[in-house]
Amino acid sequence: MSLQELLLMRHEWLLIAAVVALLLLELNFSEAKKTNVIPAAAIIFTIVTLIGFLPSENGRAFGGMFITDPIRTLMKNILNLGVLIVFLQSGSWLRTQNNFNRVTEFYLLIISSVIGVSYMISAGHLLMFYLGLELLTIPIAAAASYEQYKSKSAEAGIKLILSSAFSSAILLFGISMLYGTTGTLYFSDIKLAGELLTVLSFVFLFSGLAFKISIVPFHLWTADVYEGSPTSITSYLSVVSKGAAIFVLLIFFASVFGPLQEVWQQVVYGTAIFTMTIGNLFAIRQQNLKRFLAFSSIAQAGFILLGMVGGTPLGMATVIYFILIYVFSNLAAFGVVVAVEQVSGKINITDYNGLYNTNPRLSLTMMLALFSLAGIPPLAGFFGKFFLFTAAAESGFYTLLFIAVLNAVISLYYYLLVVKAMFINKSDAPIGYFQSDYSSRIAMSACVLGILTTGFYSPIFEFIKKLCLESF
Amino acid sequence: MNLLILHIAVPSLTALAIMFVSSQRQVRTIAATGMSIQLIQSLVLLYQFLQERMSGNNAEVLFTQSFVWYPSLGINFDIGVDGIAVAMIMLTSIVIFTGVFASWEVNNLYKEFFISLIVLATGVYGFFVSLDLFVMFLFFELAVIPMYLLIGIWGSGPKEYAAMKLTLMLMGGSALLVVGILGVYFTANIETFNIIELSKQAFPIEMQRIFFPLLFIGFGVIGALFPFHTWSPDGHSSAPTAVSMLHAGVLMKLGGYGCLKVAIFLLPEAANEMSWIFLILTSISVLYGALATIVQTDLKYINAYSSVSHCGLVLFGLLMLNKTASNGAVLQMISHGLMTALFFALIGMLYSRTHTRIITQMGGLMKVLPFLSVCYVIGGLASLGLPGLSGFVAEMTIFVGAFQHNDIFHRVATIIAVSSIVVTAVYILRVVGMLLMGPVRSEEYNNFPKAKWFEKVATVSLIIGILVIGLAPLWLSTMIWDSLGPIVDKLVLK
Repeated sequence: MSLQELLLMRHEWLLIAAVVALLLLELNFSEAKKTNVIPAAAIIFTIVTLIGFLPSENGRAFGGMFITDPIRTLMKNILNLGVLIVFLQSGSWLRTQNNFNRVTEFYLLIISSVIGVSYMISAGHLLMFYLGLELLTIPIAAAASYEQYKSKSAEAGIKLILSSAFSSAILLFGISMLYGTTGTLYFSDIKLAGELLTVLSFVFLFSGLAFKISIVPFHLWTADVYEGSPTSITSYLSVVSKGAAIFVLLIFFASVFGPLQEVWQQVVYGTAIFTMTIGNLFAIRQQNLKRFLAFSSIAQAGFILLGMVGGTPLGMATVIYFILIYVFSNLAAFGVVVAVEQVSGKINITDYNGLYNTNPRLSLTMMLALFSLAGIPPLAGFFGKFFLFTAAAESGFYTLLFIAVLNAVISLYYYLLVVKAMFINKSDAPIGYFQSDYSSRIAMSACVLGILTTGFYSPIFEFIKKLCLESF
Repeated sequence: MNLLILHIAVPSLTALAIMFVSSQRQVRTIAATGMSIQLIQSLVLLYQFLQERMSGNNAEVLFTQSFVWYPSLGINFDIGVDGIAVAMIMLTSIVIFTGVFASWEVNNLYKEFFISLIVLATGVYGFFVSLDLFVMFLFFELAVIPMYLLIGIWGSGPKEYAAMKLTLMLMGGSALLVVGILGVYFTANIETFNIIELSKQAFPIEMQRIFFPLLFIGFGVIGALFPFHTWSPDGHSSAPTAVSMLHAGVLMKLGGYGCLKVAIFLLPEAANEMSWIFLILTSISVLYGALATIVQTDLKYINAYSSVSHCGLVLFGLLMLNKTASNGAVLQMISHGLMTALFFALIGMLYSRTHTRIITQMGGLMKVLPFLSVCYVIGGLASLGLPGLSGFVAEMTIFVGAFQHNDIFHRVATIIAVSSIVVTAVYILRVVGMLLMGPVRSEEYNNFPKAKWFEKVATVSLIIGILVIGLAPLWLSTMIWDSLGPIVDKLVLK
């Protein structure tokens, strides 16, 4: 094992270093001053994220178990960006009475989970992938019950760990079948033919990942866990954890399951329709904003499947591009929810009535985020969604496309309901004016900047497309 | 600097500038200045365009410019205008200019109001100047979304319902457009969204049969094509004055323009084959809209339903698929744009005085508000097609074009549509009679303030437009005629 080979795991080393640094740092602070970790963690993670963007070596380590190439590095960077924004947004929540003396745990859990994400994306071997997946899930289940004094938070943790265990079992079953038919677990060695057992193994593996992405019918845990978890964890779950699973699915489709395209195309086609439609229809009825965003994120996952269904490099590129935009849009929305919840404890859509009169900036951020999720120009979401549609049309799936655009109209309806609450509805007791803390304002400005500029600045998409053409 | 880029840049910068000021006076001043500059440069554009045409430049589109945007998908920021686009830009400039003056007295959240209004206008300008389907679609949606806030926040009556209905129906239309546009893009398979390039492709007829209806209905929804017109009466009657003006005056024309320049232009064979279906629908639009108007008592509903009828006539003219009728249709877009904007402006002004829009509760306004009443009569006469005003020129051309078809189906459709003129006369004269003539309804009416300067600016500019087209239509008609060439020549008439 040479140094060069170790350096291939730059992202992972950096994250591990961040964990160690935070642990050492915590030792220096007394019980009452634990909150000093908050800015330190933000700075450390900013550095980690920035270093991640530096050009890196490509190659394989551990005999092909670990792969680094530009597209995987890009995926990790996008998710790191998401984590950074989550960290910046969670500051004021961590400073509250109940949490201030166990701040470091929050960061440790999340960063450990990000290490899992990185290994999962870089995996070249199914066991490595499985380890990454577990490392991604277990710390998050702990983090979901971070506010264990609230029964809902504890419940969310249990629900998450149980459903994850269940999905892991299914996934492992799939992996074992794959091993049974091919005799290897290395991605590069697996040569699939269309036998029944391999099809079955695909179905099981897909179901396991579908849990993480919350694709219908594996979405049932989503709303409850999102609602119960602390909002910062919810935003992590809905963006980073979901994004990572989608990225891995992309890699699977392009490598291991490449030969089975005819099979998975049908599966993706069907689940895409159900995911969009059910996500949208349930979102309409939600009052609690966290549940609302949970169903909206299910619907978004349905749209993302649209980019995968063709299995073309263009489709892969649109998916990665969409995730980047989704990170900004969804985290901007969650940022507002976190800030409002922190100040007022209110979480329902009706509580947002008249918010524009008292907090115009927050309302505008929320509006931009929701419009971007709905795909309204000139915001980034419009470009992301249009390109996903392009990918579906490229492969001739016009019926699917038609269902998707109708769903986009339905989704606009419920996004407008929130906009209506903030801008049009009047309230006798609106949420008063408040100023959120410095770091969350930075995070929200970054999200808004991303929403406003990503679409116009076309080199981003061209870069991703070029990488995808090279890699898939 | 390209004049067309300025047409997008000036409204964007105006909206941006409004963000940084706070007092109502400053906001109004900036909005009015920006839109005045826009009007002036539209006049310059018109002048330059006519100059170019006079000097023998017969290119399909002028002032073109192209910026590479997404090279791997073939999306370029292509801009350029033909005669039709220039005419529509001119119309937009007049309507938004008068719209700013008509909303001079918006007091509630005035800053946001003007920003949304001008963003909406930016979308409209962008739509008319772009030659790239993707960019065109982007601007199309950009023009639709501010409507929601404009109606929802500043509207009246069942505004939330109307705003939601309008937004969702128009977005539903644009959903069909996405499928249509992508279908055209991938069938042509030349990696470009440029309309001019795409129009040179021969699309297989099987594919045209699928995507023509999508594109036509997609644009038809915003052009109030029956039975997708139902957003229009609710939306228009709930919207604030300037928004009704801009929406009925300009935004509904995006539908007609899109049907002509995208659906019919790119997929001519299917247009030939399927025009009969849509002709039936538009004939219903025309007559049903006019008949529905008769029974309305709310001034805004009256104007909204008559818009359905008049915009139906636009699509009706286009579907005749010959040069004369299409020419009339484009003239009708402009003429209707001007007169409906005038109507909505006047309704807003009357409402601010009488606080009611129900015609049976008003009367005798001619005596107390002579200026506004005379303007209303002029608008009404233009609407019923009095020679010398714009409506006559447009409708006459459409029907002359329609009668060039000598089969029984087209004849019947035309006769149905022509009969709407009589109905139009009925409802216009009924309104004029009840609203303006007769005894003054109430003592308070004598205390009504006379027309203010900004109200005069708004109405007079629109009336000038109506008169210019009515009295000297030839230059405009020639300008449109030349640009229709490439579109109509592709239609193989049987």
